[in-house]
Amino acid sequence: MMIASCCRRALLGVSFGAFATLSALPAHADQITFVSQGGAYQKAQTIAILDPSAKKLGITINQDSIPDAWPAIKSQVASGKPTWDVVDVPTGYCLRGGEQGLLEKLDFSKLPNGAAMPEAYRSPYSVAYEFYSSVLAYSQKKFSAEAAPNSWADFWDVKKFPGRRALRNHPIATLEAALMADGVAPDKLYPLDVDRAFKKLEEIKPNITVWWTSGAQSAQLLNDGEVDMVMAWNGRVSALTKEGAKVAYTYNQGILQSTSLCILKDAPNLATAVRFLNEAVDPVHQANLPLHIDYGPANPKAFDTGVIKPERVAQLPSAPENAAKQALMSYAWWSSPAGEAAEKRWVGFMQK
Amino acid sequence: MSSPVQDLSVLHQRREQRLMLALAMPALLVILLLVVLPVGWLAWQSVYQNGFTLENYRRIWSEDIYWRSFVLTFEISLLVTLLALLLGYPIAYAASIAPKRWGIIILALVVLPFWTSVLVRAYAWLALLQRTGVINQLLRQLGVIDEPLALVHNSFGTIVATLHILLPFMVLPLYATMQQIPRDLMQAGASLGAGPMLTFWRIFLPLSLPGVLAGSTLVFVLALGFYITPELLGGGRTIMISMLVSRNVELYDQWGAASAVGVVLLVAVGLIFFAVSRFIPLDRVLGQK
Repeated sequence: MMIASCCRRALLGVSFGAFATLSALPAHADQITFVSQGGAYQKAQTIAILDPSAKKLGITINQDSIPDAWPAIKSQVASGKPTWDVVDVPTGYCLRGGEQGLLEKLDFSKLPNGAAMPEAYRSPYSVAYEFYSSVLAYSQKKFSAEAAPNSWADFWDVKKFPGRRALRNHPIATLEAALMADGVAPDKLYPLDVDRAFKKLEEIKPNITVWWTSGAQSAQLLNDGEVDMVMAWNGRVSALTKEGAKVAYTYNQGILQSTSLCILKDAPNLATAVRFLNEAVDPVHQANLPLHIDYGPANPKAFDTGVIKPERVAQLPSAPENAAKQALMSYAWWSSPAGEAAEKRWVGFMQK
Repeated sequence: MSSPVQDLSVLHQRREQRLMLALAMPALLVILLLVVLPVGWLAWQSVYQNGFTLENYRRIWSEDIYWRSFVLTFEISLLVTLLALLLGYPIAYAASIAPKRWGIIILALVVLPFWTSVLVRAYAWLALLQRTGVINQLLRQLGVIDEPLALVHNSFGTIVATLHILLPFMVLPLYATMQQIPRDLMQAGASLGAGPMLTFWRIFLPLSLPGVLAGSTLVFVLALGFYITPELLGGGRTIMISMLVSRNVELYDQWGAASAVGVVLLVAVGLIFFAVSRFIPLDRVLGQK
């Protein structure tokens, strides 16, 4: 199952939804319950997207947060009386939920903002909400800007770039990186050649010091000098940079990943939920998100609004120039039987 | 023989037994509600999913990832138990023979880490053991090593941290047993001409065995289920069985696939206890009579 990003954000804000609910408007107004992952990420959304959307639509948005929404989605829908309307989850969950009949099929004629987004950014059950990227990050103490690793082939080249390395202890994005290291072009990855990817991973395995499991760990390893280069989420590395750490990363061959919005089957406020979903990917709200956190807007039109300054645009994973250098993750492939089989192979690979 | 006085005492004894049972009922109920029922429910899930199925067990049987993790888990647990015994025995011994006040101080030091969460202690070990950590830096400054040692992100780091967390579970039962060993016995041994080594070896050590067994059992069983230390300090390579439980919840999307792993572990531990009980009476391990 996809847990691609359930843990990448601080889980600090679990109780955040509780106090957000307190500020609710009168109960008779149209309302929805929106669920995201809490922490700084949910606060940023509240300022950039949720509050402005509520105001514009004249609705109340009750918030809840949960690090891993999937089990709750399953049990809520199974009960026949879900309490949540819209959830923000790793895109893979939306695809799987759609397949399993847990989500409402979206009518894109009612979602003009979503319909205008690139087809790869949506599914019959979901619309992409924000982007992050699995990037190659390195220590500037070890590598100067000119002599820094700049591709997965460089990451795999232990002679030209000696140093200690870390990868994520998870096949998602790691198999993609291995294939790019083996010469597959970022836009020709899918369907993944799983055997080839694992073979390439065997090659680098003796040189991997740590296989990290949480986003915090990946940042700590790089920050403490425990490793010299690492595959990490862009937001984790830029947070280190802000604290003054001598680290950097490249978007070249990054793996662009997303969370998406989807609506629970038989959601209590279906019509309002659809209105909100359309509003949430409005270019202006979307453009406001990266002013508060290091994630990129999912709606490319956000970059035409002029809200994001050019120097900020250059830092964002989904900015057109950066996106062009990266591979767009195919959640559809990872949700397919081949993708699930690849996930099951991982532990066996780690044990050898 | 059946004098009225004796009848009365039997009656009294029975009444006391009933009272004890009644007093124990709340605790038994709590155990039933919080342990037996959930474990039973999980075990049921592992064989029943829209009908009876052994698929979850067939998978464990046929895929060797489970076998490898079981072997690793038992190896690490056994090693941790032995090390805890080697380290814990002298501590408990010192605490039991030291003057009362010193004994209390030693025990306080043993129990003190309990006040810190397991997670915090795991991170503390990371700060100590990692490449740029305290120990490696010290050794480098002293000129003992040129290159940092790989002390963490492997089984070594996992074992050190697990051992640290479980050590009190060895020391406390040992201390409790040792305290009950009458000192006169050693004095009697000495008065018959035995030296300190011999009295320890022939008198003290055998009498402390129930504590050894109790502590070892506790440490071993707790180590089998460890999750945080291998996850944080194992570098991704030390895959203990608890990690496969959590992986199966994620991967197979249902409790059964995970609980089957737990059931197999439970049964394996049960079998080990059964085997051990053939040689050592279990009531000495658990009840310390």
